[in-house]
Amino acid sequence: MKKLFIFLIYLFLLPNFILAEENSKIQIEVHKNLRCLVCQGQSIADSNSDFAKTIKLVVKDLIDEGQSKEEIYDFLVSKYGEWIVYKPAVNAKNFVLWFLPYIILLLGGIIILMFTKKGKNKRHN
Amino acid sequence: MKNKIIKIFAFGFPTFIFIIFFLGLATDKTYDTRNIVGQKISYFTLNALIGDSQITEKDLVNNQFTLINFWSSWCAPCRAEHKTLLKLKDNPKLKILGINFKDSQKNAIIYLTKLGDPYQYIAQDKDGKASIKFGVYGIPESILIDGNLKIIKKYIGPLSKNDYLEILKVLY
Repeated sequence: MKKLFIFLIYLFLLPNFILAEENSKIQIEVHKNLRCLVCQGQSIADSNSDFAKTIKLVVKDLIDEGQSKEEIYDFLVSKYGEWIVYKPAVNAKNFVLWFLPYIILLLGGIIILMFTKKGKNKRHN
Repeated sequence: MKNKIIKIFAFGFPTFIFIIFFLGLATDKTYDTRNIVGQKISYFTLNALIGDSQITEKDLVNNQFTLINFWSSWCAPCRAEHKTLLKLKDNPKLKILGINFKDSQKNAIIYLTKLGDPYQYIAQDKDGKASIKFGVYGIPESILIDGNLKIIKKYIGPLSKNDYLEILKVLY
């Protein structure tokens, strides 16, 4: 009987533990992607400043309200600008930042391919 | 063809690097939150510093202009701008909402008794969470809004003489 009682309590509390664990993971992830605006090169996760502490409280509230990571970032970007997030959004303004490395890589590949092809043709001739 | 590509690269790559550095170094990297100018302030509900009433954005709708000022008794630059706020207090076109930031009620009241009370409304933000809704990251900060709750100006740091003149210019 006692064992059954303990099992039922465990079963009842398990979803709460899982949810708390999940929320805590999301919180850490969000903190790591937010820049501490009053610090020197620190994220909100790394900083113990007053500003970072307040942001941590706000992020916790928003997660508890059921907001997604993207919604939290959107909210903070609307208040503090894009500088607050480490990972810039993929949009027209940041197009070069996101895609230039791939374009250069592709161009480099094409050029290397052209040279090797030409080299091969010369050797054949 | 090969020489042409080499020439294009020899010229193009340094030019590209130069343009990136030129644009990167020429832009102002000083961070501030003035980008929220033009936005409407969010819905908020704050407890009044004195009494049990609450202050919301609805209280500001009928004002021609409202200056939302974030202050605290422990903040030295807030003392520096206090005279400016007192000068603005009597302006019939402007109401001032003071948001007491991470402070104790007792110290805030002593501060206002000593230095004078420039505020028509005084709210408290004990844990600072409400200030995040206003894009505040340090105090003093002041936000000038119109009757439609649209942000007209944002002042980071203590209000200077120039800021005071600028506010008057907006009002008239």
